[in-house]
Amino acid sequence: MTDFPAAARVELANGQLRANLHHATQTIRAKRAGVVAELPDWEELREAGRGIKADVLARLDEYLVQFESAAQAAGAQVHWARDAAEANAIVVEVARDHGVSEVVKMKSLTTDEIHLNDALAAAGISALETDFAELILQLDGDWSSHILVPAIHRNRTEIRDLFARTIADGPLTDDPSELAEAARVYLREKFLGARMGVSGANFGVAETGTICIVESEGNGRMCTTLPPVLVSILGIEKLVPSFADLEVFLQLLPRSSTGERMNPYTSLWTGVTPGDGPQEMHIVLLDAGRTRVLADEVGRVALHCIRCSACLNVCPVYTRTGGHAYGSVYPGPIGAILTPQLIGVDQAPSLPYASTLCGACYEVCPVKIDIPAVLLHLRSKVVEHKGATPERLAMRAMGWVFGSARRLRFAQRLGRVAQRPLVRGGSIRRLPGPLAGWTQGRTMRPVARESFRRWWSRRP
Amino acid sequence: MFPAEQTCCGQLHLNSGYRDDAAALARRFVEVFGEYDAIVSPSSSCVGTVRELYPQLVPEAARVGARVFELSELLVNELGVDDVGAYFPHRVTYHPTCHSLRVTRVGDAPLRLLRKVRGLELVELPAADECCGFGGTFAVKNADTSIAMLADKCASIVSTGASVCSAVDGSCLLHIGGGLERQGTEVRALHLAEILASTEDA
Amino acid sequence: MVEPAAMSTAREEILGRVRDALEGSTAPEPVVRAYRRAGDGDRSQAVELLCDRLVDYKAEVRRVAESDLPAAIAEVCAARSVSRLGVPDGLPHEWRPASIEIVEDTGLTSRELDGLDGVVTACTLAIAETGTLVLAAGPGEGRRALTLVPDLHICVVKESQIVDGVPAAFDHLGPVAQRPLTLVSGPSATSDIELSRVEGVHGPRQLVVLVASTG
Repeated sequence: MTDFPAAARVELANGQLRANLHHATQTIRAKRAGVVAELPDWEELREAGRGIKADVLARLDEYLVQFESAAQAAGAQVHWARDAAEANAIVVEVARDHGVSEVVKMKSLTTDEIHLNDALAAAGISALETDFAELILQLDGDWSSHILVPAIHRNRTEIRDLFARTIADGPLTDDPSELAEAARVYLREKFLGARMGVSGANFGVAETGTICIVESEGNGRMCTTLPPVLVSILGIEKLVPSFADLEVFLQLLPRSSTGERMNPYTSLWTGVTPGDGPQEMHIVLLDAGRTRVLADEVGRVALHCIRCSACLNVCPVYTRTGGHAYGSVYPGPIGAILTPQLIGVDQAPSLPYASTLCGACYEVCPVKIDIPAVLLHLRSKVVEHKGATPERLAMRAMGWVFGSARRLRFAQRLGRVAQRPLVRGGSIRRLPGPLAGWTQGRTMRPVARESFRRWWSRRP
Repeated sequence: MFPAEQTCCGQLHLNSGYRDDAAALARRFVEVFGEYDAIVSPSSSCVGTVRELYPQLVPEAARVGARVFELSELLVNELGVDDVGAYFPHRVTYHPTCHSLRVTRVGDAPLRLLRKVRGLELVELPAADECCGFGGTFAVKNADTSIAMLADKCASIVSTGASVCSAVDGSCLLHIGGGLERQGTEVRALHLAEILASTEDA
Repeated sequence: MVEPAAMSTAREEILGRVRDALEGSTAPEPVVRAYRRAGDGDRSQAVELLCDRLVDYKAEVRRVAESDLPAAIAEVCAARSVSRLGVPDGLPHEWRPASIEIVEDTGLTSRELDGLDGVVTACTLAIAETGTLVLAAGPGEGRRALTLVPDLHICVVKESQIVDGVPAAFDHLGPVAQRPLTLVSGPSATSDIELSRVEGVHGPRQLVVLVASTG
């Protein structure tokens, strides 16, 4: 179970991480702001994106069936997985059927969420991550801290040292283009010999059975084009109703995500095309908690998310703690509302509180997810779940005091007396009990000698 | 008028997940303030709670909510006043709090008031729209992260050379002021109303 | 394989969960599509914008008359010491330069594709606002691997194929929706190292766009 405050304390102490995060998130924020400002109809696109996603969820059963039959008609084999174990078993079986011991993978949060690589390893199959950042993390046994830039917490010198230890066949400098070249050379052989590819998906089109993937490096194209067998895993919420709906999302996603007008490569394919790409295509439709999220009429907007990561880059909490503090595949503001719903609020009760409710995430969200509103909703669920706690008691007591002006006047008088031993030179430098966190880095102003209420009543 | 029966809007309860307690306070607010034409508050986050969030708790609050204004909003947008005749001979920077910016949306009303204060030198705050790290119980529950955010905010304030940082939320000011004092700076955190109430004779 | 019985159970159960979850929900409002469908349609502006956006994302752009394509392709190849150039089925013969060894893609293996110095293709359309080329596996556009494995991609765009924005492109793509589509916006790139952009990772590291006028 994630304890965000404790995990955040550890991450905050890492000065290098703080500096990397600051640089990276500021850079990408500026890029996003620039390309969003280029579009005069950005707000209209956001509204269309929100509306389409709301429609998808409202008729999800129909769209799933429609997607399945369209994909099957185009030659794809469609599988359904209730949970992570079921999805992983399907991928393992496909690999075994073809006697494959290594698969090439493109970056996919969904496969991270279900721990596919571990399941494959347990079956004696190695999964090679081919996204540049994912490769770095895999080579070092590390894990992602950002949806878009998974190795945002590593700098070029660390990467150079890692490559020199692992994949490089000669001396290396820390020049990014030289590091990228080392990865290209290492992975090219793997791609050319790959017998099975595994991918996630950005969108699935119900109308046509089409899968859509956006990327920058070309490793995704390699994984989904060169191997003769391909498995694509998509969460059931990734559907859009019609092919033309992509005209909205292919404007919203790149600008929000990488801050580009369009990412270098967007691939769309439908089932099997003779003579072009994999001749055996499997699609796994994954639930793994999504129907649980769907059942909550307030919380379900979290399923609108198109994984752009704009909310991470503007979040004052994420930009200081980084992704690892969230203890989940989905970090930042979206993670704080998605993870507790996917796995149950009792499993991640500190995440809905990992926010100041500043609202910067809602402002940039390309599909207008009101993250602060969902955070409030989830907080009330956490409170419900926890039952009687000292905090519950304190809140009740405060509610009682605020229930009458007379009681409030009395409490203010009481406060003035109670604070006397704590006040030094006009301020309080140390508070007791659960409020000690306040005076860890701030003084506290004592309750005023005279309340506004008193002052108002004795005015001439 | 100052209805003596008023207490607290319940934002703390609502933001911490105690909806029932917040709903009770929301109903109380409607009872106490229901009959007034305009209701003014010096706290933008309380205004945001009443105007934007109350209706989800108690539907009848929508009617009252529409008549609740943050002080600078009332002066500039409703009454058309941006010069209140104040005098405050200091270098001041202004922190737009998150709720005033994104929930209550007071726009540039506070800045328009500050620009008309005689003797006041207004200096721009770098990274002004970044949260100060208060966030209600966040300040205590996530004290380390809150203080990290506060440290950056204080550094921005100090970099302006201002002697006063102003805002329209008392809670954020309590937090920022506490940080500035703990760091041993001389910069004071003052509510916009305190500056507007300063005159040449006082 | 996973038992067919288990599969159908999973399918029915997930669909059942979805229906239960949606039980009693209020239907959402109809989708509001108030975004721009097409710009003012000024052709010369669209051509300028496309070139500008392609260059911004580090593609090399040349504007040529269609009749000069063989010479332009030969020049691009000469500048990069390209001697073996792959071409897809259906690439117009009048575009092909005589000075370079042309390799027809008659189902080359991945390794054979890797042995090519470059490839030249046509495209289905180009989107000005985003600097995007759309390959739709039509005649002269090739299969996906052909424009992926070689390190140089020369793509010919006719001015008449340029549309203003993404919605206009989708108006054209509806009929070919189920073909393999690749949208290319600049050469392959990564920003994974400290957010500094590096052009050229796995896809073609060099993208040369020849914008051809027919007039």
